[in-house]
Amino acid sequence: MTGMLSKAGAVASQQGNRVIAFDNVAYSYGGAELLSGVTLALQPGSFHFLTGPSGAGKSTFLKLCHGELLATQGTVTLFDRDIRGVNRDGLARMRRRVGMVEQDCRFLDHLPVATNVTLPLSVTGREADPQDLSDLLHWVGLTRHAGALPPQLSGGERQRAALARAIIMSPDLLLADEPTGNLDWDMSLRLLTLLVELNRMGKTILIATHDLHLIRAAKTQVNARVLRIRAGRLELAGADL
Amino acid sequence: MISLGSVLRDLTRPDPGAERLVPPTGTGAWLTIFSAGVMAFLAVFALALSLAAGRLADRWSDALARTSTIRISAEAAQVQAQVDAVMAVLQSTPGIADARPLSDEEERALLAPWFGADLPLDTLPIPKLVEITEGGDGYDPEGLRQRLAAEAPGATLDDHARWRQPLAAAASRLRLLGWGSLILILATTGAVITLAANASLAANAPVLRVLRQIGAQDGYIARAFVRRFTLRTLGGSATGVLVALVAIWLTPSAQAAEGFLTGLGFTGAGWLLPWLLPPLCGAVAFAATRAAAFRKLAEMP
Ligand SMILES: Nc1ncnc2c1ncn2[C@@H]1O[C@H](COP(=O)(O)OP(=O)(O)OP(=O)(O)O)[C@@H](O)[C@H]1O
Ligand SMILES: [Mg+2]
Repeated sequence: MTGMLSKAGAVASQQGNRVIAFDNVAYSYGGAELLSGVTLALQPGSFHFLTGPSGAGKSTFLKLCHGELLATQGTVTLFDRDIRGVNRDGLARMRRRVGMVEQDCRFLDHLPVATNVTLPLSVTGREADPQDLSDLLHWVGLTRHAGALPPQLSGGERQRAALARAIIMSPDLLLADEPTGNLDWDMSLRLLTLLVELNRMGKTILIATHDLHLIRAAKTQVNARVLRIRAGRLELAGADL
Repeated sequence: MISLGSVLRDLTRPDPGAERLVPPTGTGAWLTIFSAGVMAFLAVFALALSLAAGRLADRWSDALARTSTIRISAEAAQVQAQVDAVMAVLQSTPGIADARPLSDEEERALLAPWFGADLPLDTLPIPKLVEITEGGDGYDPEGLRQRLAAEAPGATLDDHARWRQPLAAAASRLRLLGWGSLILILATTGAVITLAANASLAANAPVLRVLRQIGAQDGYIARAFVRRFTLRTLGGSATGVLVALVAIWLTPSAQAAEGFLTGLGFTGAGWLLPWLLPPLCGAVAFAATRAAAFRKLAEMP
């Protein structure tokens, strides 16, 4: 595990001075504005949590970071490039540097879990090191399920498979939407350890979660900051946690 | 731009990587192969029709039109004099390469199919025939008619053109129809493949979305579909061409009858021509699927 992560660790230092930057961003799905006046910059190697009530726009925020949604106002910059100005192939290349764990993890249901996990490598013509893959699956507790098809997994197993897929190509940025939503506390801590380890290698981490215990546990290990969405605004919620 | 080399590489190199990304489809695959086969089968007949009509048009308007006849009806005693007069006229007519009176033998042979072999030519008032072969740009039939009327009143110019012209025109039109059908069949192939590809792309929209999200480029995703549909079309159309050629080859030849059907087969290297259809259909499928895939992907961020 650590072998795989440290191999790619060197790459992290090459990135610019802001991994993600929002400049006065607003977003609406067509009706009223869901987010407005959002300004923010995530430094390389930072660790952030994103909280807020259900429906506040956490998932929406992560999708704006990933280029799946385009801001209705303002600019979103990923790796120092305005997402709006990047063509489709360019966006695809940028996404290879971003690991995304969606809230509703989606897979290619006809391919086994192990193949799904290595997919980010396959689509760029690379192959996963079998040892790395087996270490990774072991760490997320999916060794037994490597050959299973995604529809045969439980909700928590899907989340772990999605996390494994998100970090297999050792991304510079990890966006995770409720990655521990369906997990027991032990497994949550185990995944947190993995995220902290990634962060120590210089990866930038942004996790949307409701889980205050997880945030507290993280704060004992890394310098994690907490962002909160309240009434369409993004604010820093540091001291009160 | 996509180069021909990269296209061929994509099609020939076994690439389970890209292709297995799309779940295998059951009946859809067979429907595509079947449609491509039927289209190719029909295209072979359209091609055969065009070629046959072309040959017919050429033959009627060229080879046959190069000869015409003059019919001389006169009292037995005057026939020879009239023939001589006609020959004299023809000698001095520009555009005539050769002219010669048919012998009794030849006339008998001409009439034999209708009246039997032992026709008593001497006792019957059968007109004498002079066969003309055109040369150069041909002669002016109206001018010749006027001169014949003056010199040999019993002579009538039968220049075939009167009835052959519409036939040649019809054959040309038929050839045009054949080529038109061929183009329509290829266009329909493109439409059918587009429909099939659209259905497959729509059914696999979740797959496309996942692939986009993990950083696959449009070209890579499209390749899985393009490869699949192009290979199916190639296979289906090759089978269709083979079946059509066997069918044509087994068709009883009407060669001797000199009828319309004479030319419907292929001749010589013409048998190779239909084999251009599978690559052509494949190219159509390639373009149609690629366009459909990029259109579908453009809906996804
Ligand atoms: N595709 C969409 N079209 C219209 N409205 C949407 C769409 N997606 C989300 N919304 C709305 O936007 C709001 C924010 O959604 P979002 O998923 O970002 O919330 P969230 O903070 O992630 O909530 P949760 O904690 O429940 O996951 C919700 O009110 C939701 O109904
Ligand atoms: Mg959400």
